[in-house]
Amino acid sequence: MEFSFSDEQEAFRAVLRRFLEDKSPATEVRRLMETAQGYDPEVWRQMSEDLGLPGVHIPEAYGGQGFGAVELGIVMEEMGRALLCAPYFSSSVLAGTAILNAGSESEKRALLPGIAAGTTKAALAFTEANGRWEPDATDCIAARDGDGYRLSGAKSFVADGMGADSLVAAARAPGTAGAHGVSLFMVAPDAEGVCRSALEVMDPTRKLAHISFEAAPGILLGEEGAGAAALEQTVGLATIALANEMVGGAGRLFESAIDYAKLRVQFGRAIGSFQAIKHKCADMLVDLELAKSAAYYAAQAAGEGSAETLALASLAKAAASDAYMQLAANTIQIHGGIGFTWDNDTHLWYKRAKSSEVYLGDATYHRERLMQQWNV
Amino acid sequence: MSELSAESVRGEVRAWLEANWDPDRGLVEWRNMLAESGWGVPAWPKRWFGREMEEALVPVVQEEFDRIGAVGVAKTGIRTLAAATLLAHGTEMQKEKFLRRILTGEDTWCQLFSEPGSGSDLAGATTRADFDGAHWIVNGQKVWTTSAHHAQYGLLLARTNWDVPKHKGLSYFVLGIEQPGVEVRPLKQMNGHASFNQVFFTDAKIAPEFLVGEEGEGWKVAMTTLMHERRGADGTRRWAMGSNAKGRIYDEERAEIETQLEPYKWYPQRAGRVDLVVERAQETGRNADPVVRQEIARLLIMSRAAEWTARRARAAQERGRPQGPEGSLGKLASSNVARQARHVHTLITGTDSMLSGPDSPRDGTVAEILVSVPATSIAGGTDEIQRNIISERVLGMPKEPRFDTDRPFREVPRNIVDS
Repeated sequence: MEFSFSDEQEAFRAVLRRFLEDKSPATEVRRLMETAQGYDPEVWRQMSEDLGLPGVHIPEAYGGQGFGAVELGIVMEEMGRALLCAPYFSSSVLAGTAILNAGSESEKRALLPGIAAGTTKAALAFTEANGRWEPDATDCIAARDGDGYRLSGAKSFVADGMGADSLVAAARAPGTAGAHGVSLFMVAPDAEGVCRSALEVMDPTRKLAHISFEAAPGILLGEEGAGAAALEQTVGLATIALANEMVGGAGRLFESAIDYAKLRVQFGRAIGSFQAIKHKCADMLVDLELAKSAAYYAAQAAGEGSAETLALASLAKAAASDAYMQLAANTIQIHGGIGFTWDNDTHLWYKRAKSSEVYLGDATYHRERLMQQWNV
Repeated sequence: MSELSAESVRGEVRAWLEANWDPDRGLVEWRNMLAESGWGVPAWPKRWFGREMEEALVPVVQEEFDRIGAVGVAKTGIRTLAAATLLAHGTEMQKEKFLRRILTGEDTWCQLFSEPGSGSDLAGATTRADFDGAHWIVNGQKVWTTSAHHAQYGLLLARTNWDVPKHKGLSYFVLGIEQPGVEVRPLKQMNGHASFNQVFFTDAKIAPEFLVGEEGEGWKVAMTTLMHERRGADGTRRWAMGSNAKGRIYDEERAEIETQLEPYKWYPQRAGRVDLVVERAQETGRNADPVVRQEIARLLIMSRAAEWTARRARAAQERGRPQGPEGSLGKLASSNVARQARHVHTLITGTDSMLSGPDSPRDGTVAEILVSVPATSIAGGTDEIQRNIISERVLGMPKEPRFDTDRPFREVPRNIVDS
């Protein structure tokens, strides 16, 4: 196990950071979060054509860059730091990984190059109204219809579902229960029987959709009934990616809290000279660095194909959920009244922290999963 | 020496060990051979029992010792801090007199820094040393002194000038413990052990040649000692295991370890014994309780993440990168882990947490955890001091205004107990 990034990985991070500082300042985040589309197509084109980001973790055989989970983690951490508004996580990480895990060789060759090039924006329609990211929670039905299938049911919390031009949907064979009988299907969002509506979201930088299927036509992806295993692996990697995004956001918030504590003067001194503030900051640094260590370690494990990957995904997400939220709340507290205003940028990351805290499962859920994975 | 390769070092140490190692030698005789050959402390100066070997090659030497089970120089307790301090600041006479017997283990050392009136504020020491024309005469009291009851020498920080600011009026001495003016009394802790001592000085004498560094430079010298203490914080654990092998030298080493490490035997309990948690939950059936499971998970996440954070710091150092913030958090993270471990052990143990000794689970180990954890966030720098260090030195936050460094020490308000 490596405990430091290589020189090449550090150089990659530096390039990304410069790009994102230039393209995704808080003013741009504020502008884009108010739009329905939610991202800047020109920045997305540059990310895709100049940096190849949508294909970072997709193998070269399918048009990607062929890097591993560690580089994916670096991309996510930097995007989290910049609070980048772009359909990267939804298309490349969730939908792209689902296709990688479930699809046949020919399906991967057909579907992944577009995602890797950024020309196709796919979304994963998995979770339903119950808000659970587990295959057995799938109620949506896929009934055979000649050579194809017809999907019926409703999906919720679909990240970037409104703008997606391709959907990967989870559904089960009629009469099946549990993880058994779940398959993945490609669904065209403009097909008959597909109805999409935008959900009103607390965090406007993460657009979510509700998608209902009424006998909507679907094409089976991979083998019938093999969806549960593919989804579990996909969510495992996505959870690690999300944990890395979260520690990136938490790190950015932390820097802003420290900067402000050094500047703000009350009672004739910088508030950062009071132990009430500096001790809080020291505790925040402990939370941040431990959550970073967990996120990095989990990404290493995923990159090495470790049998511990799912356990470590839960460990990293539990640590990141608690740390990001605690840092966000403390950053507002250190800013005082100004931190509660719309004009101060802290609430943008606070809302991202709150949304991420529960996205793909909250800390309580992941702690229990960790205990199960470790046979406690 | 820097052109030496790992392989040439390995060959050389191996040949020397083959020619000289004999488990039926006496421990002191063998360690004298190590001192003379330079293989006991290869990174030390050639003039003083070393080979001036670069630190990176020292593990190769250790591997060869381990391979055949050869015993090394004495490394437990405060003696290594004494050696590092004397190497940096000692006179030729002091090095001549003390270093060899530190390595052989014939002398035991203790650290006379903390006082009842100055714990976190170490530079506020009020133990005084006054020069009477022939000797330094020491009066006052020290506390938290590990091993003072069987030590020959102490590293003493004492005030020699009360008319200058606090950090400038301290001097550093080597004090002989075995003299009439020094009284050592054990200090019983809340967990029942007495690993530390109180040391009282009544006109104790120090000859002028045992001043270390210049008069008034004691704080600077003490910083060297403390730096080595922090660096080797987990050192005692590493040396805690003697070999079970047969031979006179192993018998003598086991006896030494038994005496030297006796004060440290409750230290694993102080850290919370995270290693016992899952077994205990399973043997009590408490692993079926979802609340207990949540708290166990919190503990294991914190403890694993703290370990990985320490490894990140080491990896960055090995790559020659500047130290990041992850290198300064270990002590505070350990306190958090210990506190959560105490909480989890209580949840698992339930009403049996009221019991002690043989009536407490694991023959009293659980009870010892519950009453030892408070030491973790105090010893070696309290959590509050750690937070000050992190926020001021790592995060660059402004210092709290002080009222004790800009005036003669005698005008600084002090605890009533001292006056």
